[in-house]
Amino acid sequence: MFGCDAMADDVQRTDRVIVVPGEQVGDSELKSGNGTYRKGDLIFSAQLGIVNFRAGFVNVIPFAGKYSPKPGDSIIGIVQDAGPNSWMVDIGCPYPAFLHANESPWKVEFGATTQHLNVGDVVLAKIGQVDETRRVNLTMKEQGLRKLNTGQIMKIVHTKVPRIIGKNGSMISLLKEHTGCRIFIGQNGTIWIDGELEGMRKASAAINIIDRGTHLHGLTDEVRAYLNGNPPGNDDERM
Amino acid sequence: MLDEIKLLDKDGMRLDGRKLDQLRPIRMEAGVLDNADGSAYIEWGGNKVIAAVYGPREAQPKYLQDPSKAIVQVSYNMAAFSSDERVRPGPNRRATEISKITAEALESVVLTGNFPRASIDVYIEVLEADAGTRCAGLTAASIAIADAGIPMKDLVAACAVGKIDGQLALDLGKKEDNFGQADMPLGFVPGTGEISLLQMDGHMTIAEFKAAMQMCMAACKHIHELQRDALRRRYAVNYADMSEPEAEQ
Repeated sequence: MFGCDAMADDVQRTDRVIVVPGEQVGDSELKSGNGTYRKGDLIFSAQLGIVNFRAGFVNVIPFAGKYSPKPGDSIIGIVQDAGPNSWMVDIGCPYPAFLHANESPWKVEFGATTQHLNVGDVVLAKIGQVDETRRVNLTMKEQGLRKLNTGQIMKIVHTKVPRIIGKNGSMISLLKEHTGCRIFIGQNGTIWIDGELEGMRKASAAINIIDRGTHLHGLTDEVRAYLNGNPPGNDDERM
Repeated sequence: MLDEIKLLDKDGMRLDGRKLDQLRPIRMEAGVLDNADGSAYIEWGGNKVIAAVYGPREAQPKYLQDPSKAIVQVSYNMAAFSSDERVRPGPNRRATEISKITAEALESVVLTGNFPRASIDVYIEVLEADAGTRCAGLTAASIAIADAGIPMKDLVAACAVGKIDGQLALDLGKKEDNFGQADMPLGFVPGTGEISLLQMDGHMTIAEFKAAMQMCMAACKHIHELQRDALRRRYAVNYADMSEPEAEQ
């Protein structure tokens, strides 16, 4: 439903060890996954993050870093520029993404792009293609992809997206249930929340809790407690 | 003048009481700035250096873009108050040189192929200088790049070795640098054994050079451990289950 990356769903707790770039994380029996590189028989971490073993692959889930677009990802972007026939959209990766008028859900006359989307507008879109030089093409041709007119957006590190969605969407449905908001989480770490003012405030506070404690266990319980009206214990610990 | 200053006492101790193969005290911290993508602070003897990293972001101006890989741009700057004599603000010959060699040293470890057309911008600000700022700057910059989540092969550790009163000495202090016979900063990648920065002032024999390299590489390995600890500590705070020992400085 949310294009949830399966990666986070079965993170094995036992192997959550912090590694730094250049640290060995595996040997010839494993395959080199995300955030790692292979040198000879050995696999090393390329990023600062936590180790995760899954399906014969060793991955490093980074703590920080820019989103790298993958075809098929649902993302939330902010329109940066409008050309005669296209828009440039900021999706939080190193390069602006290109959205052609033909890939939009509207019939756009040449030169009339700003009638549909203008600079600063927020869109829910999907990554179409990414070529070798990382030029990104977006599409809005699928059902549910649209311009977001109301609500608010917030940004988190994209690697924490799976944690906000939770196992089989448990965390996100918890949030929706308790706040009565419509929430969509883009794979690029941009989150859209829409609903009553009080609900939105509660939802964004809950997301901040998740954002802060992403690598702690028992997070769902803590968030549930907060949504039920109990302030979380470590709310003020943030520097 | 050169012969009048004794840099070693009769027991072979240096002006600040160090042994020949001893580093000055080093303290590092990752993630000190909120607005940069990655940052690090290092205190190395009397040096105080902050490094900040932005990116990868689209390289500007456009003609700098490389369609096959990211570029690394470094700006090394000494604060006006960093030395006992006021440093005239703005780029100069020395700052331009250090920026260039630091960028090249970092480019050799960053996996630039992942980010075509992008730029990784590193800003090194020297708050207080006491000899060896390029090594401190490079060491801090590589922590900051890792802190920004940018993929890299390994961290670069840097240290200098020199010659004072005819003897090799590790990590020269300011007086030793000014009145010694040689100074050789080295950037070393312990994981791969590569040397990513090597410069030398003064004179050494080939035998001395070889011994100096060995001495400096050993020191770099120690500094590399400190770098790793600084990065781990940044997240160990939130990490209840971690039984990582606190880093010793």
